[in-house]
Amino acid sequence: MPPAGRSPRAVLLRRLLLPLVVIVGLAIVWDLAIRVFAVPPYVVPAPASVGQALVKERARLLDNAIPTIVESLGGFALGNLVAVAAALAFVHSQVLERALYPVAVAVRTLPIVAIAPILVLLLGNGYAPKVAIAALITFFPTLVNMVEGLESADVQAMELMHVLSASKTEIVRYVRWPSSLPYLFSAMRIASTSSVLGALVAEWIGTNKGLGYLIVLTTYDFRTALLYAAMVVTSAIALAFFFLVSILEWLLVRWER
Amino acid sequence: MATIEIACRDVSMVFATSAQPVQALAHVSLEVERGDFVSLIGPSGCGKSTLLRLIADVLQPTAGSIEVRGGPAMRARLAREFGFVFQHPGLLRWRTARANVSLPLEVGGWGRRHVPPHRPDDLLSLVGLQGFEHAYPRQLSGGMQQRVSIARALVTGPPILLMDEPFGALDEITRDHLNQELLRIWAATGTTILFVTHSIPEAVYLSSRVFVFTPRPGRVLEQVKIELPSPRAPAIKDTPEFVKHTAALRRALAQGG
Ligand SMILES: Nc1ncnc2c1ncn2[C@@H]1O[C@H](COP(=O)(O)OP(=O)(O)OP(=O)(O)O)[C@@H](O)[C@H]1O
Ligand SMILES: [Mg+2]
Repeated sequence: MPPAGRSPRAVLLRRLLLPLVVIVGLAIVWDLAIRVFAVPPYVVPAPASVGQALVKERARLLDNAIPTIVESLGGFALGNLVAVAAALAFVHSQVLERALYPVAVAVRTLPIVAIAPILVLLLGNGYAPKVAIAALITFFPTLVNMVEGLESADVQAMELMHVLSASKTEIVRYVRWPSSLPYLFSAMRIASTSSVLGALVAEWIGTNKGLGYLIVLTTYDFRTALLYAAMVVTSAIALAFFFLVSILEWLLVRWER
Repeated sequence: MATIEIACRDVSMVFATSAQPVQALAHVSLEVERGDFVSLIGPSGCGKSTLLRLIADVLQPTAGSIEVRGGPAMRARLAREFGFVFQHPGLLRWRTARANVSLPLEVGGWGRRHVPPHRPDDLLSLVGLQGFEHAYPRQLSGGMQQRVSIARALVTGPPILLMDEPFGALDEITRDHLNQELLRIWAATGTTILFVTHSIPEAVYLSSRVFVFTPRPGRVLEQVKIELPSPRAPAIKDTPEFVKHTAALRRALAQGG
């Protein structure tokens, strides 16, 4: 809700301007700190040299960004799809929920870093293990939120559907699904960034492309400026996903605004 | 002899709560004739809302039986013979006022199999909400939301209307207006109406009969027949006949303690 007395445009400008000011401020502090403490450039590069790397190595960064983007998007879509389907199945059948929900929780407790090599062994060196890991990392938050969202339906609305003798499917369609959308979107906002993280971790092993690979490679080679540039690109991708989800929410969940 | 539309025989209702069982109704027997306008009046918590829920087959009585239009309450519910105005509006917040009103037409494909007696927009104007067809519930006041829910209950033209304090949240003028409209619909359609209210004058003005309940656990304390001519106009409220009836009701309520 914009505060009274300010135009939406001014509010938007503020929203964009404030983080920008913070980022520029941080870069200045970073630059000063390097000079004051005489940090060697192979440990921490200066902001300007990271900027240079971003421009000079843009072809290479783009080449490696594309697989990471594809894997994150694929994992994001797969993880959310399976999670939503599972949540719908759980709401439909208590038996299924009792049987499978604890398994889902157990899978969640396995560390992703440990699963990654196992999946690479199982699925090979291609896109498959990366998509699988990104999917795994997005699956759980969405499942939990979605189950909660589908069950958050207002008692009064459920009573109304009962008086109207609505079928189970109609109750999901008219009440449960719309009540769950805000929950789904808050899960998807988390998933939008963690799916990138999942793809990145998966690229640490058994591959020779992707931003994750580039990060590992440049760390070993002490090409620190390029390493930082790769991190900046990764952040930019995650941020873009986050904004895409937010825009989608703004378009689809109209009644909450 | 008039047809009995709703018959409750020796109905008791006990809620099993975590603390201790709550007896809401004790041995309630009452009959409502077809086309009657019957009000229920009684102290807060005496089980009026519970009785409406039992009749609509939202709850099952712990003892006794309920018959609606010659069959079990469930048959009437499945045949969509109830229009229910809940004590709280319970609108679906992702639907506009118009979409909330037309919900009963969509559920079970009712609107495709029947000719709807009213158009949603006409009902919205009837309750004084023309121009708010596209408003979401959160953009409406409590009283406006309640009026949307009244329109929703009327949209399929059900033979039985169960109304739980439908005008409780409204100002005097709107209330008088809606009383008048309800009487008009009742006279025109021959709908059987079971109406819960806390207002003695409202009960007298609208009803052909009033059931007075005791405090919890609710029992029928007295049945008062309202011997006023129909159709009624607001001026009747100033007649000695009317005042005699309100006095009788007030006495009956006081007697319950
Ligand atoms: N789902 C429930 N679980 C447990 N107790 C309930 C439940 N619904 C109602 N009760 C209890 O039953 C009693 C009657 O409730 P009910 O809502 O029918 O009263 P009411 O006559 O409609 O009151 P009011 O005039 O305040 O609306 C109350 O004591 C209430 O606490
Ligand atoms: Mg009540």
